[in-house]
Amino acid sequence: MLHTVNKSPFERTALAACLRYARDGDAVLLYEDGVYAARKAAATTPDVAAAAGRLRMFVLGPDLAARGVAADQVIDGIGIVDYGGFVDLVAENAPVQAWL
Amino acid sequence: MAEPVAIPEDEPGGDVRKFMFVNRRAPYGTIYALEALEMVLITGAFDQDVTVVFLDDGVFQIVKGQDTKAINMKNFSPTFRALEGYDIDKLYVEKESIEARGLTPEDFVVPVKVLTADELAGLMAEQHVIISS
Amino acid sequence: MKFGVLVSEGPFTHQASDSAYHFVKAAIDKGHEVPRVFFYHDGVNNGNRLSSPQQDDRNLIKLWGQLAKDHGVDLVICVAAALRRGIKDDVLAEGFRISGLGQLIEVGMEADRLVTFGD
Repeated sequence: MLHTVNKSPFERTALAACLRYARDGDAVLLYEDGVYAARKAAATTPDVAAAAGRLRMFVLGPDLAARGVAADQVIDGIGIVDYGGFVDLVAENAPVQAWL
Repeated sequence: MAEPVAIPEDEPGGDVRKFMFVNRRAPYGTIYALEALEMVLITGAFDQDVTVVFLDDGVFQIVKGQDTKAINMKNFSPTFRALEGYDIDKLYVEKESIEARGLTPEDFVVPVKVLTADELAGLMAEQHVIISS
Repeated sequence: MKFGVLVSEGPFTHQASDSAYHFVKAAIDKGHEVPRVFFYHDGVNNGNRLSSPQQDDRNLIKLWGQLAKDHGVDLVICVAAALRRGIKDDVLAEGFRISGLGQLIEVGMEADRLVTFGD
């Protein structure tokens, strides 16, 4: 299945809940303020990097760019996708759960 | 991809799909809990396979003893008891959420089944539609 | 594939409506169908024709209306949520219609996926 997270891990527990529920091989898309979870060198980085190892994690490029997060600041193993990639993730994974 | 469940020929209607409603927010501080319940009730009229899950602060939606007079809002917790009349009886609370909040099934206005996050994750994967509020 | 979309927040205050719009556009560009976008909770405010954003900013209400016009996307505002928030026919933007929650359940039944954009 696909899990989406659109809030920052510093603001909400949505990412934490998502990672408790996402099973190995599930896809996770970080977008809107959720992209902050994809950043290196943050307190959240170790947990997210570990999750990226067992899940297929993605982050929305347009939301990274808007927030001034450069591609090389993104945790290794998290793929950067555009809105077309977002659509592909939805098409390829069922069902979709939005962690708000 | 979740396939529609084929229904026996002697039953009317089209395909029955699995709908899950995930409630993660407390009541009254925001409208999501009330409006989500309105969604669940409407779904009852469509004869679909409905599951309602309460996790995180969503578990507070069904606690007993809600007295909303002084805040001048409608106490909608009794409405959860009406779900049974619509054949919506798969109400689950997450074990970890109730334990973190010091709650037990005796604290709730409706009978619920307690499942772990792992078990709920498995259930989620079987759904056709998950609506989160 | 057929996608249903649920928008749970109003325009501008949250990014939800923008994200949903970009998603729907990308889905259509890729040859998918988006039969319906359902607006619930504060999402009903996306259908308010009185919204007047600054001239140099995107007009989300008009952008949604254009999507309906160009691609036949059915933009449905939930009547119960709309009444609470003062969204009625006389303020309804072009391309939107007001109807019941059943329209959300129906698109959930007929589409291959339902995606929620909210806060």
